[in-house]
Amino acid sequence: MSHRLAKLFHGRPRLQVGALLAGPVGWLVVGYLGSLALLLVASLWSVNAVSGELVKSLSFENFEVLFDEPVYRTIVGRTVLIAALVTITDAILAFPIAFYMAKVASRRTKAILVVAVLIPLWSSYLVKVLSWRNMLSGGGLIDWMLEPLGLSGPGYGNTAVWLVMSYLWLPYMILPIFAGLERIPNSLISASEDLGGKPFTTFRRVILPLAFPAVVAGSIFTFALTLGDYITPRLVSNNQFIGNVVFNNISNNLPFAAALALVPIVVMIGYLLVARKLGAFEHI
Amino acid sequence: MRTQHANTARTAWLIIGGLLAVMLLFAGCGSSDDDSSSSGNELQKIGKGEGQVNLISWAGYVEPEWTKPFEKKTGCKVNNKVAGTSDEMVQLMRSGEYDGVSASGNATARLVEGDDVDPVNVDLVPNYKTVFSDLKNQPYNTFDGKPYGIPHGRGANLLMWNSDSVTPAPKSWNVTLDPSTASEYKGKISQYDDPMSIAEAAVYLKAHNPDLGIEDPYELNDEQFEAAVQLMKEQRSLVGEYWSEAEKQISSFASGDSEVGTTWQYQYFALKGEGKPVAASPASQGFLPEEGATGWSDTWMISSEAEHPNCMYMWMDWIIEPEANAQVAEYFGEAPAQELACDKTANPNFCTEYHAEEPNFWKRVYYWKTPLADCGNGNEDCKDYNDWVQAWTSIKG
Repeated sequence: MSHRLAKLFHGRPRLQVGALLAGPVGWLVVGYLGSLALLLVASLWSVNAVSGELVKSLSFENFEVLFDEPVYRTIVGRTVLIAALVTITDAILAFPIAFYMAKVASRRTKAILVVAVLIPLWSSYLVKVLSWRNMLSGGGLIDWMLEPLGLSGPGYGNTAVWLVMSYLWLPYMILPIFAGLERIPNSLISASEDLGGKPFTTFRRVILPLAFPAVVAGSIFTFALTLGDYITPRLVSNNQFIGNVVFNNISNNLPFAAALALVPIVVMIGYLLVARKLGAFEHI
Repeated sequence: MRTQHANTARTAWLIIGGLLAVMLLFAGCGSSDDDSSSSGNELQKIGKGEGQVNLISWAGYVEPEWTKPFEKKTGCKVNNKVAGTSDEMVQLMRSGEYDGVSASGNATARLVEGDDVDPVNVDLVPNYKTVFSDLKNQPYNTFDGKPYGIPHGRGANLLMWNSDSVTPAPKSWNVTLDPSTASEYKGKISQYDDPMSIAEAAVYLKAHNPDLGIEDPYELNDEQFEAAVQLMKEQRSLVGEYWSEAEKQISSFASGDSEVGTTWQYQYFALKGEGKPVAASPASQGFLPEEGATGWSDTWMISSEAEHPNCMYMWMDWIIEPEANAQVAEYFGEAPAQELACDKTANPNFCTEYHAEEPNFWKRVYYWKTPLADCGNGNEDCKDYNDWVQAWTSIKG
């Protein structure tokens, strides 16, 4: 049997590659693209109002509701805005950390820092969000720390969501930037200095352009993760994000939930197209 | 570089084309799908147990204290799945993998309409005879004159407040719903995060705005619904927290982030147990604010695709057996459905405390039921459950 198989594959490189890739590619097509296609189809169905059963005939009713009801524009706007803010915040916080890790720190410190960045990813997402919920509560840790300054914490709301998400996704921004900066040869920085470039000029004209694709790559993570999250908004605010409305509709109006779930996909496709223009995928 | 780009673009178009093809294929299959599986016949005779039964229940309804004796007596092993919301229960029942569910009134009509459950032959459930008569033949458990389930127990949604900061003790829902009174507790109000909460506004309006002519808080026409939604929208800016998990509300009341709001007995007794300063409407007011309250009355229903119908019938009889029903009622903190359970409770005053035997108390409780377009009074212009869900989304904004 095995002999015959070996004979079959011998001297047929295309067949070899095909057999090797059939599993993973099949999985990708069925598991990812197939479910995406199902989502698209489901968004065109509707439900019977009384029994909640699916009515499998095509109509654009769900999308009409989505465009006509102002509340959904508010929710989509809020979600995209917070995602953008989280991305910008993380980029600003992550760059100096990544730069220190890649260019300044000794070998030993570098290893310690990489572990320090990774450790939060080992603990449960829920534990982290619930700890933030406690810290943000009235009279909680944040209020207590700000009290001597005559300030009070932000409480629950959009600010809290922004804070918690920025915290949660920071490692996903640091790691790509760190990898990007590591690839910049030190000789380029020295050359810039030899040519009389001041530190800021070197940063602006040499480091930033070379590291920018890495920042964009990191931003894809932070942006997409914020766009899809619904547990953080639920625990530290009363505001609805796209994910919350999808969740609320999923058991009694699946087609509408599917239509709404397409919104972040469309936003993400737009984002990826812009990211490609900015050169985020050139080194992949 | 150029050619590589062109290749990528071609691959992308191929994928999109493939997706469209798959989509059309599914849509084609979908439209030819129809379901005319009208079983709708109740069991005539209980046979031998099938050895197991698969249940969907609210947390606290299926616990070892009363399932172990059941398993021992009938040989039916109990497999239980706890669901968090009525919507989830309906969805799980649609899978056809379960024999029965402890459905609240906002799920029952949907299950019946979807042919997901069968009528119950109450002659095969001996303990049914001594179930409180005001729980039988109710609009949320009886359809077309046929009983579709066995009452399990009932309770009211309470008004709870922090007894240190909310004084004098409120007598009405106005502390959470009337904008002028409620604004005193801006940011401290706790509201159940569910479309059914719109009915709380309707109960309030029924008492305070008789011009609207609200009869039933779940059967609202355009004008009545609009008024209730408006009230909830005004409440929005005053709400400190919408809660969906009981634990979330407990933590906010314990930390003082919430001071007044709708709750279930479960949270109230949990906070009491932790020694927190919380209070609910006292016995002198019949445990309810003056307008009455929304509430629930849960029903065990049997799936139309039940693989273990005999065991399910045995379970439905067991759960209203006096001793088991007393256990589950005390465990969960609700009034039992079984009259004889009141003699079996560990706390001899339990039924008095929960008003189990007072029909007049329960007349002021509006049990959850599925809002339907059919108003029940001949009109067809009421808002259905999908309208309620959409409205709830716009209330929260």
